[in-house]
Amino acid sequence: MKNKPVEKKKPAKSAPVEEVWILRLYVAGQTPKSIAALANLKCICEEYLAGKYQIEIIDLLKNPLLAKGDQILAIPTVVRQLPPPVKKLIGDLANTQRVLVGLDIKTA
Amino acid sequence: MAKLQQAIVLKKCPTGIRGFDEISSGGLPKGRPTLICGSAGCGKTVLAMEFLLRGAIQYKEPGVFVSFEETPKDLTQNFASLGYDLNDLIARKLIAMDHVYIERSEIEETGEYDLEGLFIRLAYAIDSIKAKRIVLDTIESLFSGLTNVGILRAELRRLFHWLKDRGITAVITGESGEKSLTRYSLEEYVADCVILLDFRIREQISTRRLRIIKYRGSSHGADEYPFLIEKTGISILPLTSLLLDHTVSNEHISSGIPRLDNMLAGNGFYRGSTILISGTAGTGKTSFATKFVEAACKRGERCLYLAFEESTNQIIRNMKSIGTDLAPWVKKGRLKFHASRPSLYGLEMHLVTIHKLIVEFKPKIVIVDPVSNLTAVGTPVEVKSVLTRLFDYLKASHVTTLLTDLIHFGSSLERTNEEISSLIDAWILLRDIEINGERNRGLYILKSRGMAHSNQIREVLLSDRGIELVDVYLGPGGVLTGSARATQEAKEKEEARDYQYEVDRRTHEAERKRKVLEAKIEGLRSEFDMESKELHIISADDKKRHKVGIANRSEMARLRKADRSTDSRKKGRKRT
Repeated sequence: MKNKPVEKKKPAKSAPVEEVWILRLYVAGQTPKSIAALANLKCICEEYLAGKYQIEIIDLLKNPLLAKGDQILAIPTVVRQLPPPVKKLIGDLANTQRVLVGLDIKTA
Repeated sequence: MAKLQQAIVLKKCPTGIRGFDEISSGGLPKGRPTLICGSAGCGKTVLAMEFLLRGAIQYKEPGVFVSFEETPKDLTQNFASLGYDLNDLIARKLIAMDHVYIERSEIEETGEYDLEGLFIRLAYAIDSIKAKRIVLDTIESLFSGLTNVGILRAELRRLFHWLKDRGITAVITGESGEKSLTRYSLEEYVADCVILLDFRIREQISTRRLRIIKYRGSSHGADEYPFLIEKTGISILPLTSLLLDHTVSNEHISSGIPRLDNMLAGNGFYRGSTILISGTAGTGKTSFATKFVEAACKRGERCLYLAFEESTNQIIRNMKSIGTDLAPWVKKGRLKFHASRPSLYGLEMHLVTIHKLIVEFKPKIVIVDPVSNLTAVGTPVEVKSVLTRLFDYLKASHVTTLLTDLIHFGSSLERTNEEISSLIDAWILLRDIEINGERNRGLYILKSRGMAHSNQIREVLLSDRGIELVDVYLGPGGVLTGSARATQEAKEKEEARDYQYEVDRRTHEAERKRKVLEAKIEGLRSEFDMESKELHIISADDKKRHKVGIANRSEMARLRKADRSTDSRKKGRKRT
């Protein structure tokens, strides 16, 4: 787990107008659930959003104020910052189907 | 040993809420969570808010307000309605606020999670102002926002342990459930102190009540206490002093009517007693009450007049007609009127209001006019319980209470509706006396504890000179009042005059007779004198004649030369 927000940028390959997906993962220290959540998130993004997503990891133990600002309650939480509207997912993202519904990722 | 005891005794966290610290013997359990439950609109949030505000301002214990329902803007307004500037308190680091927003439709649960985010937020808020108190209003919202009840329950349990470990006095609010105290059985986690608020409406009148359901490790009042939400917050009435141990006063105070004082052993009522003036409509109950008030104001005592029937101005105007001008006393601040309709709010609420007025105004005299109007807002049992508490409180504070009571026509005169007679120390009954197509007011003292009072009926005359008590006519024909009394009195006067004439006449006659007799006696006496004088002369004459006779006879004898001795014997015999 990284302490700083990690950016994973994959340059756009072919699509002319690309959406950018910015996902924030809120964690509180390195708990098993957080680790699992990050792994699951990466996996899903790679599969469905390859090349057009960013994941920011925010450790609330380090930035407790952000919990209030972003209305974080549960850990881990994933917030879809972009594209709008803002969406929230809580839990370790083990249920892929729900993650896809929650993030509104079209599976086609 | 002492140390051990100190450790065992539960520490209390004073709330500063009027009346609450009394019924909970000191406040909420310090460093432990307390659950406040009740239906919507019963005042949970206000109670929690006041706990926090008073803690921050009065006891220098900063507090965190965590709202799960209301937005910061709403909260600021709510605080402002209690007279506090939330933003200022936040700036002074006395209060910290966090609004936890949770909306199920915006959240997708994708697996295992915990509420560490909430913990972090609470910890941050607590640490930022070194808070000693926290309010979670209402944490149940989590249940509607999150579906995984298993996780929630585990996390809540962890939360309360966590708060306890940190030594934070927490107040958690929860909505009443159908079968349990709260909808999501929060009472299972918060087992230290549970307070139930109730909001009841009966016959369109609502009363708020508070009850401490449980308080682990502490004694507490078990009753339902009525409370009031006012501009300055909540006030609770712990008026349940059932001990009859108040000290009494031997001081007498005037009733304002000298003749009535005379009837009351010459001194008036005892200070601190409860006086009842009962009577049917229009017998002058209010007039008596205002006379009493006037007398007290003149003595320089403060009076509180609770009017449940007439408005302040109406009373002042009407009482001028019997020569009682109350307006100057109101102006001077010695007399305070509190006029309200009994049906304005519930009985308990009246009690709270009265209690508050008494605490603020500190009167020596309290008038309740009329107490019977309070029955309209409660059952007899309730009325009695409320009045008992009120009178007890007043007695304990040495306040003299005068109640007027309207007796309805046809019911027994000597029974009040509230059956409060046992609470009354002095009872004056005003009644109509109907004779010869007239209605007059009669007064008598039904009872007056601890004094030899008059047993006489007096007639009450109301005029612009005030209240006068006059003797009624008591004769063989019964009690006469009004013009019948006047007629009877005139008749008696005439009779008395006639009688006097008769007496005079007889006296004169006797005198005359005496004089005649005396004259007669005088005549007789002079006659007698004459007679006796004559008798004297006669007897003297007689003696003379006798002497002459003897001389003659002895001369004769001498001349005849008769035997002396025989001759003298014969003569003696002859004379006898």
